[in-house]
Amino acid sequence: MNTYKLRILFVAVCTSLMFVQCGNDDDNILIIEDDEPVAVDFSGTWSQEDSMGRPGINTVFSGSDAVKNDFNSRIPTDRASFQPIFQETLEFYHDVYAMSLNIPVEDLDYEENILGLDAPTFTTVLAQFDALQVAPEGETIYFNPATGLALTGRKLTDDVIDVSLTLMFGGMSGTRFDGNNGTPQLTSDGVGVGDRTFGSFPYLNTPN
Amino acid sequence: MKKTKLFAAIGGMGLAIAAIVFIAADHVDAPAVAGTKTDIADLYAFEGDNPDNTVFVATVQGPLAAGSATTGATFDEDVMIQFNIDNTGDFIEDVVIQAVKRGDSMYFFGPHNVTAGQTGLTSQVFTSATRTAVKVSTSSDVQTANNGGIQVYAGPRRDPFFFDFNRFNMVVAGAVAPEGFLPPGQASDFFEDLNVLAAVVEVPNSLLGDAPAHVAGAVGINGLPNAYNVWVTTKRKNN
Repeated sequence: MNTYKLRILFVAVCTSLMFVQCGNDDDNILIIEDDEPVAVDFSGTWSQEDSMGRPGINTVFSGSDAVKNDFNSRIPTDRASFQPIFQETLEFYHDVYAMSLNIPVEDLDYEENILGLDAPTFTTVLAQFDALQVAPEGETIYFNPATGLALTGRKLTDDVIDVSLTLMFGGMSGTRFDGNNGTPQLTSDGVGVGDRTFGSFPYLNTPN
Repeated sequence: MKKTKLFAAIGGMGLAIAAIVFIAADHVDAPAVAGTKTDIADLYAFEGDNPDNTVFVATVQGPLAAGSATTGATFDEDVMIQFNIDNTGDFIEDVVIQAVKRGDSMYFFGPHNVTAGQTGLTSQVFTSATRTAVKVSTSSDVQTANNGGIQVYAGPRRDPFFFDFNRFNMVVAGAVAPEGFLPPGQASDFFEDLNVLAAVVEVPNSLLGDAPAHVAGAVGINGLPNAYNVWVTTKRKNN
């Protein structure tokens, strides 16, 4: 090995050592245990594997395994391409029911929901703005039918399934397919919080 | 809507596939993460007992059956849970709270204001941020910590999610037409006896910045209060 190559190698090794050292300085923290400081390593690069905003979005609307994996691997601002997929899935759920009732699938479609959102707008909101909206002031709730307050948080007691079903199958009245007047019950799954009782911090119940 | 094309593509198997893909809120939502320690089950965010605080809850690795599946479940040291809070309305995180397990404890970092180069699919642990550590709880040994108003918990909890999942599968398969879902009393909560691992952090709103105008205004739904946009991610250490 000639001198030039050796010098390059030396510089490369030193540079890499410097970076390692920098990394350690930044990513180790000292924890005091039994009066002795112990270095705890938090170094490294961490890459996204799963993501969730509102309940049920990826599971309900993505359809195929490949689309689900793709959805999880993206940031919220990079999901415009999912809107047409979500809209197809929304119509597919209606088609399933039409077929089972021997109604032509063209005759049973999604209708504008209680928020006044048509299918393209509803699925745009779901695909491109997948985050929980959380208000720092006032009530935090997924939807309060009594007051109309919506999308200000998600409490443990919120029946997000019934809200989601109502937005999907409830139409403008919220009662389009609610089991009355000869309609199927598609706007409520019939279960609530049950005997879960949510106390003070950490709020969730002890395990079963 | 190209129904003919859609039905041609899904064929007769479409109904069965639709029946099995819907699992729950986010539990086991996609094959790449299902059954792994990065699999998010649910996200909750709500006002704390102190109305000046917001509580963030991420549940992961659910559903866990009671017994050994729950007592043996552990957080992975190579998996970070990150709460992302957008306080400007652009759906890019401005404030994050990270949770990483080391030894017998969960270390929560933040709330931390991130800069433009610190957002997105990859992250470092923000070790310079406020650190609040808590011993990971068990069913019988519940540990919480409070660091200047930031409260934290990590460990097993009863799954708060409720849903008649089995009936849903039948509904979307068209197998229970024309009835649809069952009435209260006959319906059954699939998650009633199941558990999850939970990371819970309660923080003063003053650490989260001012909330932006509610995003619903963008689609003509006006009058809702200012609101953060919040999502949770799990990230795996890859070097």
